[in-house]
Amino acid sequence: MGNNGFSGVNKSGQKIVSPDYLLFEAPREKVFMTGSEAVKEAVKRASVDASVSYPITPQSEAAHLIGELWVEGYVGVYFRGESEFGVMSEVAGCSMAGARIITTTSGPGTLRAMENFPMWAGSRLPIQLVLMARGVNSPLSIQPDNLEISFLLDTGVMIWHAENAQELFDMILAGFVVAEKTDVHVPIITAIDGFFISHTRESIMIPPEDIALPPYNPYMSPTPIIDAEIAPGRYIKDPFVMKSNYISYATHASWQWEVRAAIERSRPYAKHYLKGLIEEYGDPEAELVFVASGTAASQAKEATRMLLDEGIKAKVVKVKSIRPFPHQELLEATKMQSI
Amino acid sequence: MYNEIVDEEVAMREAAKEMLTRENPTIFVGPLIIYAWNEEAKEMAKLVREMAEVLNAKIIPMVDYRPKYPKINPEVEINPNHPNLTIWHNNIKVCIFIGVHCHFANIALKIIRAETDCLTIAMCAKMGHEDAMITVRDQHPEDVKKFIEIAKQVKKELGK
Repeated sequence: MGNNGFSGVNKSGQKIVSPDYLLFEAPREKVFMTGSEAVKEAVKRASVDASVSYPITPQSEAAHLIGELWVEGYVGVYFRGESEFGVMSEVAGCSMAGARIITTTSGPGTLRAMENFPMWAGSRLPIQLVLMARGVNSPLSIQPDNLEISFLLDTGVMIWHAENAQELFDMILAGFVVAEKTDVHVPIITAIDGFFISHTRESIMIPPEDIALPPYNPYMSPTPIIDAEIAPGRYIKDPFVMKSNYISYATHASWQWEVRAAIERSRPYAKHYLKGLIEEYGDPEAELVFVASGTAASQAKEATRMLLDEGIKAKVVKVKSIRPFPHQELLEATKMQSI
Repeated sequence: MYNEIVDEEVAMREAAKEMLTRENPTIFVGPLIIYAWNEEAKEMAKLVREMAEVLNAKIIPMVDYRPKYPKINPEVEINPNHPNLTIWHNNIKVCIFIGVHCHFANIALKIIRAETDCLTIAMCAKMGHEDAMITVRDQHPEDVKKFIEIAKQVKKELGK
């Protein structure tokens, strides 16, 4: 296997390798699978301790497949929550107790669970949510319109948006690595456009199934782990934070600013593991540029090809990370363009 | 020098100089040291006491982060959610954070920066703290011993 930087096995008996080896160096083979199946393959290689599920279209299959991983011995704990609110609360408990945890949801499920996302962030929990986006409004839609992603923007979580199943596979593995860095340690939401990615098959390259990420080390957390002295949430209920006076305001502002600072500190790690927060496609000298994320980037790439047939030079700047947002990269990538 | 990345020794010399020249130097020690939860924590606790002696500093512990109601006694401990009270009460003009979980160090350092004129120094076992005015990272017993030796040297140079 070469110099992969780690040794030993995880609880599932897989060889532990460095994140760089798993993501960039390990040999990969081509498979033809759906986005939901890609979630299963990523979780299989992520040394995941626990997962909680609840059905909602279009993420139900991914949640179900993580359940199969529990049967196969790759996930330590797996159960169904009472609702999405229950799920997002239960995964918080698992994370506070020191577990690496992943869950999945879609559209209205995200809204039903909404109260939990800023709680995750404020508690500095590196939970991963795979969000298979779908419409949230009436008339009912199960197509992705990404409104729920926009509602998550200011909750204090990192948000990455994958264009395809390959990117989702890699982002799930990288997501744990970046989210669990001591100076980051905030939730990571890996989003895709439901159905377009979850239910369609594509060729993706995956590393062997007998290697996995190093397990989560909860002692690297920037907050104490819960125990008999520090019960869940107890340390975040200080009366000087909760009361309404100028000291409370200062504490609240400082606490929330720290969560945002933590997202900012994820930039160098995210740049490394995602190979940049943006991706450029097309003619660098193009005068017309599309800025897009998720499957909209695929559509924009197709548009640039069609424009090229008409003699129009265009390019796509794909935004991979929405939080943190790549302001500088976007300015740099679009400075030559007039449209 | 501030807002610059410098060699660890340079940062340590500056930290020692500030501790030895400002009013009421204080070391705030967090639970990662005072709970003696592993051998390194016990060793660090002894080194913190030695550091305090060399720097002529007080020690005020940050015992844990649980709610303190109705209020903390700033004479004997510091609460990360309102560190300014302890700093105002004791007129502390320079302090070292050590053994404090990163999140709580960061929120306290932000409040201190915004609401006091105290110069903050963070000795961190992990990645360091951008909200401290001086910070050193990956600090373990060998590094703290090095800091104590540098502090002794600076103290001699200052004639303290």
